Order: sequence, then C-alpha cells, then structure tokens
Amino acid sequence: MADVRFENITFHYGDKCILKNFSLTVEESQIMCLVGPSGCGKTTLVRCLLGFIKPETGAIYVGDRCVFSAKDRIDVPPERRHIGVVFQDYAVWPHLTVLENILYPMKKMRMNRDEMARRSRHALEQVRMVGYENHLPSQLSGGQQQRVAIARALVSSDEVIVMDEPITNLDAKLREEMLQEIRVIQHDIGTTILYITHDQEAALQLCDRMAIMDYEGNLCQLGADEDIILRPANRFVFEFIGVSNFLSLVQQNGRAYIDVGEKYPLDDCPMDIFAGGQKMEMGVRSNDIAFDNTSPIRAKVRSSVFLGSEYNYFIQLGNRDLRVQQNALDVIQHGEVKEGQEVGLRFLQPRYYPAKEQKGGNA
Amino acid sequence: MNIGKSRKTSDLAALDGATFGLDKAMTLVSFVLLFVIVFIPIFMIVYNAFFFEGRFDIEMFQTVVFSKDNVEAMTNTVIIGVAVTIFGTIVGLFYAWLLGRSDIPCKGLMRALFMIPYMFPPFFGAMAWDMLLSGRGGYVNTWLMNTFGFETAPLNINSLWGIIFVEVSYYFPFVFMQVVSALERMDPTLEESARIAGASQGTVIRKITIPLVTPAISAGALLILISSLAHFGVPAILGFSKQIYTLPTVIYACIDRAGGSFEGIRQGAALSILLVFVVAMALILQKIVLSSGSYDIIKGKSMRPTLIKLRGAKYPLLFLSVITLIVIVLVPLVMIFLEGLVKAYGLPLIPENFTLENFQNLATSKATMDSIRNSLFLSISAGVICMFLGVMVAYVVIKIKPRGKEILEMLSVLPYSIPGTVLAIGVILAWSGALWGISLYNTIWIILVAYMARYLSFSMKSASASLQQVHPSLEEAARACGASHTESLKDVTLPLIRPAMVAGFFLIFLPSMRELTTSILLYGPYTRTLGVQIFALRDSGQIPQASALAAIAILIIIVCNFIVTQITKDRKGV
Amino acid sequence: MAEDQIILKHVTKRFTTKTLGTVTAVNDFNLNIHEGECFSFLGPSGCGKTTTLRMIAGFEDLSEGEIHLCGQPVSIKEKNLYVPPEKRGLGMVFQAFAVWPHMNIFDNVAFPLQIKKVPHDEIRKRVKEALHHTSLDNMEDVYPSDLSGGQQQRIALARAIVTNPKVMLLDEPLSNLDPKLRESMRFEIKALQRKFGFTVIFVTHDQSEAMAISDRMMVCDMGNIMQIDTPSNLYNKPVNRFVHNFLGQSTFLHVVLDHGQVYARGDMQNPLPLAIPEHAEREMVVATRPNAIDLNRDHGFKTHIYSRVFLTDTTEYLVPMGDQLLKIQTPHRIAFGKGEECYVDFTHVMWYPEEDESAEAERAKRQLV
Repeated sequence: MADVRFENITFHYGDKCILKNFSLTVEESQIMCLVGPSGCGKTTLVRCLLGFIKPETGAIYVGDRCVFSAKDRIDVPPERRHIGVVFQDYAVWPHLTVLENILYPMKKMRMNRDEMARRSRHALEQVRMVGYENHLPSQLSGGQQQRVAIARALVSSDEVIVMDEPITNLDAKLREEMLQEIRVIQHDIGTTILYITHDQEAALQLCDRMAIMDYEGNLCQLGADEDIILRPANRFVFEFIGVSNFLSLVQQNGRAYIDVGEKYPLDDCPMDIFAGGQKMEMGVRSNDIAFDNTSPIRAKVRSSVFLGSEYNYFIQLGNRDLRVQQNALDVIQHGEVKEGQEVGLRFLQPRYYPAKEQKGGNA
Repeated sequence: MNIGKSRKTSDLAALDGATFGLDKAMTLVSFVLLFVIVFIPIFMIVYNAFFFEGRFDIEMFQTVVFSKDNVEAMTNTVIIGVAVTIFGTIVGLFYAWLLGRSDIPCKGLMRALFMIPYMFPPFFGAMAWDMLLSGRGGYVNTWLMNTFGFETAPLNINSLWGIIFVEVSYYFPFVFMQVVSALERMDPTLEESARIAGASQGTVIRKITIPLVTPAISAGALLILISSLAHFGVPAILGFSKQIYTLPTVIYACIDRAGGSFEGIRQGAALSILLVFVVAMALILQKIVLSSGSYDIIKGKSMRPTLIKLRGAKYPLLFLSVITLIVIVLVPLVMIFLEGLVKAYGLPLIPENFTLENFQNLATSKATMDSIRNSLFLSISAGVICMFLGVMVAYVVIKIKPRGKEILEMLSVLPYSIPGTVLAIGVILAWSGALWGISLYNTIWIILVAYMARYLSFSMKSASASLQQVHPSLEEAARACGASHTESLKDVTLPLIRPAMVAGFFLIFLPSMRELTTSILLYGPYTRTLGVQIFALRDSGQIPQASALAAIAILIIIVCNFIVTQITKDRKGV
Repeated sequence: MAEDQIILKHVTKRFTTKTLGTVTAVNDFNLNIHEGECFSFLGPSGCGKTTTLRMIAGFEDLSEGEIHLCGQPVSIKEKNLYVPPEKRGLGMVFQAFAVWPHMNIFDNVAFPLQIKKVPHDEIRKRVKEALHHTSLDNMEDVYPSDLSGGQQQRIALARAIVTNPKVMLLDEPLSNLDPKLRESMRFEIKALQRKFGFTVIFVTHDQSEAMAISDRMMVCDMGNIMQIDTPSNLYNKPVNRFVHNFLGQSTFLHVVLDHGQVYARGDMQNPLPLAIPEHAEREMVVATRPNAIDLNRDHGFKTHIYSRVFLTDTTEYLVPMGDQLLKIQTPHRIAFGKGEECYVDFTHVMWYPEEDESAEAERAKRQLV
C-alpha cells in the first residue's frame, strides 16, 4: 500500500486549460473517489498518473517513488509505474482466458511460477471467479468481466489501483453488487484505490474520502461523505449532489428578505452573509421544504406528480418555480397537497451562497 | 470529447522517448512503399501519355483517343457498363427482396448458389457460353438448327448483348449481397410505423423499404459498374472474333499488336487515361447519388421483420428463381467440365467422345504446370506481403496518425478503383528500366509488383476495420500491466487482428489465383499465370484443353474456398 | 359511465422457441380500458406487456381470445378474424422513434394523411397544427437525422396525433431518452392527452414513469396479470410481494405472531408497534417503504444504527430488528450517527404470507426469450 501525491499538476489541451496547479493526496489504504462532471479533468489527472500523458508542471509520487517530475525531468514510462488499472470498458483481453488475463502482469514482472499460481488463485477468490479460469471473456457476463478486470488490477500492484468509471456500463442491480464487492476486497487487501466517476451515488456508497472537482478543474472539497453532504464547502458541491433550489436574497433595513417579485421576510437568516457586498442567494434541497400553513411565505402548487415513494411538486413562489419533494412519511403524517392549492412554505436547513455570475442560477 | 482527442495525440508525445524507433520507422516505411508501389506507376502513365522525351506532346494522345476504333471501344465500354448495371441491379434486387422479405422456401439453397459466381472468374462463364451459343456454331445453336431447320444460328453470344448477359450473371450478387444485408438489418419498426399510419404492404415497400435501401442498392450498383468498366476477360473471349472491343481489350490489342514496343505502351497509356476518366465519372456519379443520404437504419433489439406471404405466387416464383439460378450459375460450370472431357471441340457431348487425355496432357505440359506454379507463387506472396503491409499501413493511419496520413490513406485505396489494365501499364512504365535502371519486364516480379499495388487496398480495408475495433484501452491495459509499447503490440493488438489478417490473406489469395486482367499484359514467355494459360490455350484453338485446365482451376478454387471457410470458422477474436 | 374502448377477452399468446420450447408470453389477459384513459402496462422484461401491445396493434396474432377496439372486433382467434394494422385507425409511437430518415419532418407527419388521400391544403393545415402541439413549429423542411432524440420522438408523436386517432399506443417511448428529457416529454404527452382526449396505452418497465402518467395501470409478470388499479392503490395496497417490490422501494421484515403480539423473527422479547392483521398466520412478512418508516428519538421500537450510507437525495440506514436488518431512508437533515441509539415506528404496512424463492429463478429464465 502506498499513498499517491499530485503536486501542482498543470495540463493544457490546445488552448484550453484542463488542470491548473492541481494538488491532491490520496492516503494509503483508502478508497478515494474523485468525482466531477464530464470534462472536469478527472480522467486527465488519472492518465497523467498512469503515464499516458505528460503534464507540463508539477510532480507525481507513488509512495516513495517519483514517477513524474517536470523540474527533474523524470517521466517513468507506463509499464514501470506498477499501478493497477480498471477501465470503464473493462479492457479484458478477448483472446486470452480469464487465467491468462490475470497472469499477464505477473509474467511481465517475471514472477516465479509458484508465486504466480498462488496470487492468481487468491485474486480469483477475492472476486469470486474461482472455477472460471479457462473461460473466455466472450463467455462471461458484463459483471463477470468486470471482476476479471479487478482481479487483474489486484495482481498488478500491491500499492495503488485506479478505477475509471468501472461500473457505468452495468445495469442498476449489478452496480450495487459490484460496489459492495469492491468495498469488501479493498477492506481485505488494503490497497489504495483511486476511483473516478461522475456518479455521485456510487461515490457516496464507496468512498472513505471524496474529492469533488468542478468544471474548471478546481478541487472544491475534500472530505468524508458526511462532510460533502452535510457541510458542503461551496455552492458547486451543494448543487452537485441532489436537486436544489435557489432564491435571491435582499437586505433591507437590517432584515433579510427572499426576493421573488414579492418579498418575504427570512428571520432566521444570519445577516453577516451580506458583509462581503455580493449578491446572495439561499439554496435549499427539494426535500428540505416543508408545507406549513402558519408560514407567511405563500406559494401555489402548479403541478403534482405521484411517483410512488415520493410526490414531486412544482410550486410557484412569486416569480420563481421551486421543485419540492415530499416523501411517503411526510405524506402519511401531513397529507399531500393538490394542484392549484395555496400553501405556506418553511425552509429547513437553508444554505447561503453568492449568486452565480450569469442569470438563471441553477446550472 | 476533448479529452479523448488529447489522449491520442499526446500519447505519441509521451511515448516519444521510449519508442522513437518503432513508430517513426513504420511511418517512414509506409510512405516510401506506397510511393513506390502506387504513386509512381500512376504518375508514369500520366507522364508518358502527355510527354515524350521530356517535352510536352499532346499529339499522340489526340490521335489515339479520337481514332474511330478507340472511340467505338469507349462507347461499347460505357454501353455494356450501363446495361450490366441496370440489369444486374434489377436481378439483384429481385433476389434480395425474395430472400430478405418474402416467405419463399429453399432460401438456404439459393444463397449457396449465389456464392458460386463470387468464386469463379467471369471469363470461365464466357468460355462456357461461347461453346454453347457461339454464333459460329455453339452446341445449343447446332442443336436448334438441326431440330428446327434454321439457316443461321438463332442465338449469338458473340455480341454486345452476349457480353452483357454473361457479365450480369456474374455481377448481380454485388447488389444482392448489399441489399439483402440491409433488409435483414433494417429496424422493422420503420415499416411497422408506416402500417399503423394506414399504409398497405405494397405502399410500405414502395414508400419506405425501397427508399431506405437505396444507399445499399447504389453501393452495389456502383460496384457492378466499376467492375464491368474495368473487365477484360468476357469482352475478350466473346468480342474478339467479331471485332467488338471495349477499352480494356483494345488496350491489350494495341500493346499486343505493337509487340511490346515502347510506342505501343505509350498508346496504351493514353487509352488508360481514357479508361480512368470513364471510371472517374462513375465515381463522381456515386458521390452525387450517395450524398443524398446513407441512413442509420440498423435495429437494436433483435426483432424479426414480418415476412410477406407470397401465397399463390410462391411456387411459381420458386420454380422461376431456381431455374434461372441453375442456368446462370450451374450450366457454365457443367459445360466446362464436359468440354474438358471431349476429344475435340464440336463433337457431340456423349460418353463415346469423352476421354481423359486432355487432363493427362495438361499434367505433362510444361507451360501448364509452370503457370499453376507461377499463380500459386504469386498469390501466396502477394497475399502474405499485402497482409503485413496492409496491417502496417492501417496501424500507421489509425493509431499513429502522423501528419499526412490522408495521403497514405488515399494512396492505399486508390488502386481499388483503378482498372487492372491501367495498373499493369503503369507498372510496365515504372519498372522497365527507364526509371531506376532495374527492369522487371517479362519477369515474374513485375506481376508481383502489380498484384501488390492492386490488392493492398483489400488487406488495408480489412485491417483498418479490425484495428478500429481494438479499443485503445486494451493496449493501455497491457502497458499498465508492465508491457512496453512493442510488447503490447505483440501481446494484444496483433492477436486481436489476426483473424482479420488471415481473412485479408484469403481475400487476396483467392482472386489473384484466377486473375487475368492484369497478368495478360505483363506475362512473359515463362511467366504465364493460370488465367493467362487458359486464355492462351483457348486463343490458340485448343478449346478442350483450355476447358480442362479451367476445370482444374475450378477444383483448386473449390478446395481453397473450403479450406478458408474451415480456418475462418472457429477463430476467437475481437 | 365511460365506454370501454379497448377490450381484451381471454387473450393468450404462445411462442415456440428453440431453446425453451413453448413459452406462454401472455396468459389469459382480460382487460377493459375506458375511453380517454391513460393506461399503463408495467412489468419487467419478458412479462408480456410488449407482446400484448403488439397484438392490439395487429402485428401479432392471437393464440386464443378476442380483442375489440372502439366497439369493433379486430382480432378473434376462433373466427379467424384479423384486421390488419393499417385498418385499425390507431396512433403509435415506438421506442426507437421509427422516424423515416429519408423524409423531412413535413413528409413524415403528412404521411398518414397522404395515405388517406386528404386534400393537399388540409394536409398542410393539419401538419402545421400537429407540429405546433409538439413544439416543432416551422421545422417542416428539417431532416430527422439532424435532430436530437427528444425532437425525433416529438416528430413521432406529431405523426401519431395528426390523424386524430381515438387510441394511442406508446411502446416504451421514453426509454431511449436521457433522464431529464424523459420527465419533460412525460408532461408533454400528458398535456396532449388532456387536450385531445384520446385513450393512451403506455408500455414501460419504469415504475415511477408509469405511476406519474397513468390513470390506471396493469402490473404483469411472466405472462400473468398481477394487479390492475390506480397508481396510488397499487402503491399503497399491492396485492402481493412482487407488486410491492416492483413499484418503488420496499423493505421487508419477517415476523412471528404470538399471543396477540408481533415480533421480529429472532427477537421474541421485544414486541413491534404493529397491530395484528385480519388474516393472520404464525409466520408472515411485513412490507413497507423505506421512506415511510418513522426514524426518531423517542417512540417506537428501540434499536440502534448499524450502518449509514448517503445517497443522492436521502440517507439510508440499516437498523437491526431480530435477526434482520431493516432499511430506512430519510432526508439528509434527519442525521443519525453510526451506532447511535434510535427508535423505529411504522406508519403504513402491508402483510403477506411467506413465499418461496423459485419464482425469481423462473423470471430470470424468461428474460432470455
């Protein structure tokens, strides 16, 4: 097990800057999920780590070894970096059997035969593919091929394994299973795993720590899943997970108001958020809006959709549309609301962020 | 996606240090080889047609191109080409619809029969039909004259229509294969939605099915057109006796008459340009027709399209189709075997007149055995060389992507559209000593060079398709597992494209075994190919021997085909 | 009383396959769909929903039974009666859009009218209207291959409504669209239905989609109808475990009934806050929804948090009850830590008998057909 350190990585594609002085440490024996929208630079970072592309500045360390340093002109070729990889499309070689696939990296390391046999058996046990040694990938399902890819990555490296969107191509039920299995395997062996994905749900289920990247390649937050969900560091992180609503805020005579054409007072709003002089907005998740007839904030229910486990509402508050989600328990306890009905709203757990530069805040 | 692109070009930069040798070397070799094999011959044709001893000279070109005979040859070429395309398309469409959309029985049998024209060169068919329907007294004509008391032969295969008939019978499968494949892969909901909208079966075919397969039809039709325009064997066998020439045959006649002199070859070059011009017009026509849309009609779910019930018409149609197939496909083959057994041409085909002598003579004839050896040598060599060359060029174009890769691509597929006759002339001009002192003329090597130019595009297309299916992550996974660039090529890429390479080999081996158009212009006294030998035997009046050799060639082809299907059947791969 | 516009009587369809022999894809379906209703066929793949739709459309014939549309019989097996699709007067939208690439939008949408030989001016007017209703104004000259999936689906919709059909068949029309688009298209389809009043049959495997759009739904599995009812009745009173599990998330608890009390299997000490149901047996399964369970700090069954996972919109907890783990989902703001003491109260539950698991295997085999 080793840790992975990215220091000041910069990479341009043509004129576009993908990564700028990006730094990140993946701690030993952890599963770190690197999450972000498509095009944010996470795949680029991984390819720098693997050695398929060369950053312009910075350094990359795997454990004690420096595998890349712009300053010292170190660039270890991919085959000598000893990092296991699981690609999005498994990349299991179709012309080799399951066993041959797994033996390949060990052959390149010139391990002796007994050691290879022992390790391959162990890897196959870990991924529950014992008995499939002589199968060809074409005889396996998607999930089984993925497990072979994982086993191969496990024998490639004791130190670090990189997984790039490994479960996106599997169906929902299989995804769940594979996430469980990856957790269990990692728990057993203790290899450091860097897991790249845009699927927040998978990341939340899997990670010890999460790193969230935004569109410009900035590292927005690094922390445990609890931190990301309950204490998002900035607006991007808050908006990235789940469905949220944003309302403009104004300050008048020392009081804060929601500005939706009409103004509604917000008494719980901390006034220090206006200190910076920027325009501020309140963000609230769709299932953190409750119906409360004692509230002075009045809105109208424009549409109501029953989705079974929840009701989805479009609610018109002044000149804004809000998405509100009411789960089954709330419905049972407080009753549902009908289309056309007027309701009072209460915001539970609101957060305050600066308004986005362009109009139409919710990206 | 941007990242994907950056990956491919920066890869080269990253791998720069470690693999300077391999990638750059392959690129360099590809450029040089294609330049020498493809570009130079074509250049030489253009140069020699318009320049003489270093000076621009349009006179010869004008004389040759506008001479009465040559103009007539060009007209014939176009007439035949257009007619063959039209009739071939109609026949191909008919069978494609029958097998792809109706509930006619015996589909397997008919499909098998369709493969036969693919296996044999059209000039075998021309030979057989000439024996049956020759204006001077083919077997059928003789029988008809005797039975019905005609004065002259009622059917004459030695005519434009005869040529058209034989070519149609060998080229219609081009359209058939394209259209039947399009019909089978078409998303049935495209037709179902028309029926829901109120259209009857007939309207659906008219307004939906046919327009949607039009790209397939025109692809097949274009293939027929180009093949016919460039074809030598059938017009040669059926047309010479009646002074009916097409451009490929007139080029041959021109060079033959001139006894291989430089002047003759120059004239051949001028005529080649004419031929290329005609072919180019056809290609431009395709661009215009096809640019009206190639449709993405492939279905996702595996639903079978509803078959149209033929009801009353079923058995009559079945009878008609099978009979036609037998006439077109089987009759010529049988004819050739029978004629190979006959003691002398013209004798009735009854057992008393049969002998095995013709076959025995072949075995002892040095010229014949040589020709078989030559063809085997040429086919195997061309197959192997082109197989590796094709893979290398495809790899350079697809994976390495150097600057100027479009030139490589163009050079490698250009020969596909250039008639074999033209290529032969170009090769003669390039390798007769004028250019770099080496003369390969009259040796077997000049034929090999011509084959390499001609068939490179086959193996490159097959290798390209296969390489594109080898996802970059398969190679990258190998690198991450500790394989160097070269090792990943050896361990991952090559094994995965091996089936395509093997297929590519046979794609070249089989046609070149029976090839005539190119080698007829390049052969020397000791370097006859199988096709040339059969043609020569017939030309010198030894018809039964020619047929016997053709029969042997047929057997060789059948055996080779069988071996190919066995080998390519249980390939594991991408 | 709304007239029954689509009637299926004892409709059965059997297929012979090479690998599995004879498979009954649709087994004795009896169905009455009312005029103006939006009715969904819902179930996993292989359940028979698409086959049934195709029989109504006329692309498959029946092995047994009858189908009547708008008061007329269109398929009667016994009398060998079969009306071909082009004469049934339906509108249909397919999963892969089936928009003709060689025609522009105008020709695509005008096609059904041209077949009926409607006069040219009227065609132009009606096509314009149809395009307006599907937000494709002024796009008559555009070719489908230049458009996105959502727009192509709208072309298919316009083409289906241009003849003012009484019945519209939608075969998984939203499955090939991305999630955001699926939602907006659902609204559009519903709006069209309200405006024109046609009857809709909507085939899907996505239960939330079906529940959002339907007046009534049919849930089927392995060729059999499980339950036909309104979405909220199906969700709140599913007739068996399959339907309960298929419509939204479920959490099941095996319980033991003893002396008037309900106990979680494996814990006969602490009774659960549940009332004995009507048809009680000793061993039963309690079914409820993970987000209908009240996880709180003061009332109910006392337990602790075994594990906690954050999902996108909710936090999911597993709490031990007897020898099992109960799954509970709450909004993030209801935050409990791992190991923390908590209380569980039930709100709405369904009771089912214990059943065997072989049904699962049969279902998996079916999906190969």
